[in-house]
Amino acid sequence: MTSLEKPNGGNRSAAGAAAETAHISRPADVADSPERVGSGAGERVARFLQRQGAPILLALVVLVASFAFPGFATFDNVASILFQASGLGIIAVGMTLVIISGGIDLSVGSVYALGGVLAAWASRYGVLPAFAVPLAVCGLIGLVQGTFIGRFGMPPFIVTLAGLLGARGLALALTDEGKTVYKVGWNDTFAQLGHGKVFGIYLPVYFMVAVFVVGWIYLQRTKSGQALFAVGGSESASTLMGLPVARIKITSYLICGLLAGLAGALNAAYTISGVPTQGVGWELDAIASVVIGGTLLVGGAGSLIGTLAGVLLLKVILNVINQIGTLNTSVQMVVSGAFLAVVVVVQALLTRAQNLRDG
Amino acid sequence: MTAPTVPEQLPDRAADAVRERQSRARRIGWIRDYGVYVALLVLIIFNIAATPNFVALDNLRVQLVQVAPVMIVALGVAMVIGTEGIDLSVGAVMALAGALIPLYLGYGVPVAIAVALLGGIASGLFAGVLVASIGVQPIVATLALLVGLRGVAQLLLGGQFRQISSPEFNNLGTGSVLGVPIVVLVAAVLAVIVGFLMRRTVFGRRVVAIGGNPDAARLAGLPVRRTLITVYLLSGLLAAIAGVLLTAYQKAATPSTQGLLMELSAITAVVVGGTPLTGGRVRVLGTVAGALLMQIVTATLIKHDLPESSTQMVQAAIIILAVYVQRDRGGARR
Repeated sequence: MTSLEKPNGGNRSAAGAAAETAHISRPADVADSPERVGSGAGERVARFLQRQGAPILLALVVLVASFAFPGFATFDNVASILFQASGLGIIAVGMTLVIISGGIDLSVGSVYALGGVLAAWASRYGVLPAFAVPLAVCGLIGLVQGTFIGRFGMPPFIVTLAGLLGARGLALALTDEGKTVYKVGWNDTFAQLGHGKVFGIYLPVYFMVAVFVVGWIYLQRTKSGQALFAVGGSESASTLMGLPVARIKITSYLICGLLAGLAGALNAAYTISGVPTQGVGWELDAIASVVIGGTLLVGGAGSLIGTLAGVLLLKVILNVINQIGTLNTSVQMVVSGAFLAVVVVVQALLTRAQNLRDG
Repeated sequence: MTAPTVPEQLPDRAADAVRERQSRARRIGWIRDYGVYVALLVLIIFNIAATPNFVALDNLRVQLVQVAPVMIVALGVAMVIGTEGIDLSVGAVMALAGALIPLYLGYGVPVAIAVALLGGIASGLFAGVLVASIGVQPIVATLALLVGLRGVAQLLLGGQFRQISSPEFNNLGTGSVLGVPIVVLVAAVLAVIVGFLMRRTVFGRRVVAIGGNPDAARLAGLPVRRTLITVYLLSGLLAAIAGVLLTAYQKAATPSTQGLLMELSAITAVVVGGTPLTGGRVRVLGTVAGALLMQIVTATLIKHDLPESSTQMVQAAIIILAVYVQRDRGGARR
């Protein structure tokens, strides 16, 4: 689990095998493993901030917002933030797994839309098909993408870019170019799962929490989850260790597709319809939350707790902007972009501080 | 591609195997290098035969005018990808450049265009400094710009779109010189310039060297940081040029939609054109052909009454196919 950052050309997600070669051929990298790094206080602080920065920042923002805006720390407002975070949160779990394994998945926004359309269509046959159909199709899309990436060594960025186009095209084709909108009966059990509340909180929030808990256990406590870190850290070393690298990568894309489908189904249940234009650009939001959460895009390191904090941070900031009274989406975009820029710059500087001694 | 020569002392069967592999590599290499041109040619021939009015001058003009902005943006993205980077900000830069035009048109067309291009340069400079000097990964650095810049563009025009009534400016988008639309002329000239930059200048060799192996480039004493910043700056500038032309063509600045998803179209054109995402190679002519190919595919499907959804799925298939035939390179490196 190295936390090295390539100073340039670090687009490991797209770089695939070539980056792997560069990774090995570079003497400085060899010394980057945490064991060999001197444990100076500054470095330890830097590493701690990089890993735990997002939860700390979230706590600070929430604290400040609670004092600054009387409407912020109310139960209703917090419940609404959590609900708004639920779809993105579920998707971001899958994205985190993929990014830890050294890949990237640009298709999640389209797969999310496709999952919603399929769920709304299948809901007429009952609640089970309403989940089974989108999960099966979206999982299959993830599986196919993973196979192209893992078995044929094609770059993840491009394969999932094709997935982005293909899944959106499929969603449009299923709805007659968006002219047909599949409706979910308001009183269906399926619809209840989307807009029902338990203890005053929408059910999708519980789904999100469950996905995060299961994801955390998978990542931290199972061989398969730990293998993601190994593959992301060094693909060639993992191959030499005898890990089934291709299968591990395929699994990560499969899970990512499944979760995007699940999020889409829940959204269809909430909006009681399947709309093929949902989720445009969500892949970017998901990547942003993962990055803000301290997961490195070069792979091999990351945490779901950070990702959860990253998702919540984005949504809390939007909520704070609304508290100020500007419902202006332009302002939201500028603030989100600036926030992301600041976070990645700070992270790059922190990583550099950690690696300085090996220089 | 220089394949190693067959050592003479190898036993016959082994030598055969090596020769077989070499000829296969050569075949695949050929598809990789010329596949996009062949596909483009096949498609054009198909259209001449099967699509009514395809060869009509009006239709060709429309196709070229529509593809020109994608092509211009893709030229910049190709250079960035050549350094093993990526630029997701180009669509937002187009929106920003478009939004700046109506604000400064009062000072004259040249001033407005200059300001718009400066906006693109500033954005590219920002991305370049983040990537080269601070060490932020290109995809996140430019992602932040993608999110933020469109917001800035919308704020500049107060969330509205703005019609532009200056005939002098709009002529850039709709006018022609000797029957060739100005937009197409600009794209062609820029393609020649970028092609010259990449093939015949020290700068071009540096871009390829950095993409091939950044550490070797640094150890060889190349100005890696300066070159990288220049590449992102040029990408921003080219995106801004495309934004200005598109604004003139539409006779309006529409910050909320202008250049939306352009980053994906541009990356597609570059990849289909045979530039590997792993850097170290920039194919300018291939990029031009890639953009043309995607445009004509779309036009063909629309002309034959196929819906938008099929266009997207066909594009996805082309991307997968293009990268599949190119993957030989990645495999060889591993």
